[in-house]
Amino acid sequence: MDSFSPIPALLGGALIGLASAVLWLGNGRIAGISGIFGQLLPPARTVVWRIVFLLALVLGTLAAAWLFPGLGVGGPGGRPAELVGAPAAWGIPTPVWLVIAGLLTGFGTKIGNGCTSGHGVCGIARLSLRSFVAVGIFFSVAIVTVAVTGVV
Amino acid sequence: MSQTTRLPYLATAALSGLLFGAGLYVSQMVDPLKVLRFLDFGAIPAGGWDPSLAFVIVAAIGVMFVAVRIGRKQKAPLFDLAFNEPEFKRIDSPLVVGAVLFGIGWGMSGICPGPALSLIAFWPPDLLIFLVALFAGSYAGGMIIPSGRDRRMAVAR
Repeated sequence: MDSFSPIPALLGGALIGLASAVLWLGNGRIAGISGIFGQLLPPARTVVWRIVFLLALVLGTLAAAWLFPGLGVGGPGGRPAELVGAPAAWGIPTPVWLVIAGLLTGFGTKIGNGCTSGHGVCGIARLSLRSFVAVGIFFSVAIVTVAVTGVV
Repeated sequence: MSQTTRLPYLATAALSGLLFGAGLYVSQMVDPLKVLRFLDFGAIPAGGWDPSLAFVIVAAIGVMFVAVRIGRKQKAPLFDLAFNEPEFKRIDSPLVVGAVLFGIGWGMSGICPGPALSLIAFWPPDLLIFLVALFAGSYAGGMIIPSGRDRRMAVAR
């Protein structure tokens, strides 16, 4: 339980909700990250705002890391950000593991039309049945996956 | 000039992106290990489980829920002609299969698409290879399955 951080979690969650609210009430767009980057690829319809949003997302992360150093990983005073590989006993090199995970995440969110933000935050807030189904499935499957791999 | 390239529209996208990125850092969801500690329900009996992610998503949904109610009273968003509300409602196999595959990928890495991109700020080793795979997977998905909008059109036809 030593890593549980309810206050930053609530504040950060509220910021993510606010980001989604701004994009919805301002531009009428769902702040779904997989959708925003997925439609950068051909046949792309609108590209400029998506690039602006994604650049700002990286800048926002950097700015918050400088403003609140040491809060989480990354930035000054924080533990360096690190990606997680396969369980050591499985003998799978980390890059191979990450390629498989990345392909599954990209492909799955594309055909399922959303990820944790689009279905998880915006879809649930819109009371979309599709999103409730998707969220129930991807959370359950992810929990089962971690039960198999164990947290590294 | 299209609505979507006007300055207020792009400024709104920039503000939203900044807030989103800041939220991912402040909530610590940018850390794959933190996400995995939430997904590790096996740790609940021993007391090692980290419920933070649930607090993040509930707070985010709460704020967005209010925004959606406000939006329902408006004819259009501030800077475009209409809300782009997903209109495809059917629970179909691409939705289910997609959610299953994403769940496996997410459980393997602890990285969903938002944190994947915000991690660019810290550029950890092997991030590039994950991002390339993420885009390749998304591109492949788009090749074989039409998007939500196109699926709706196909059903309506």
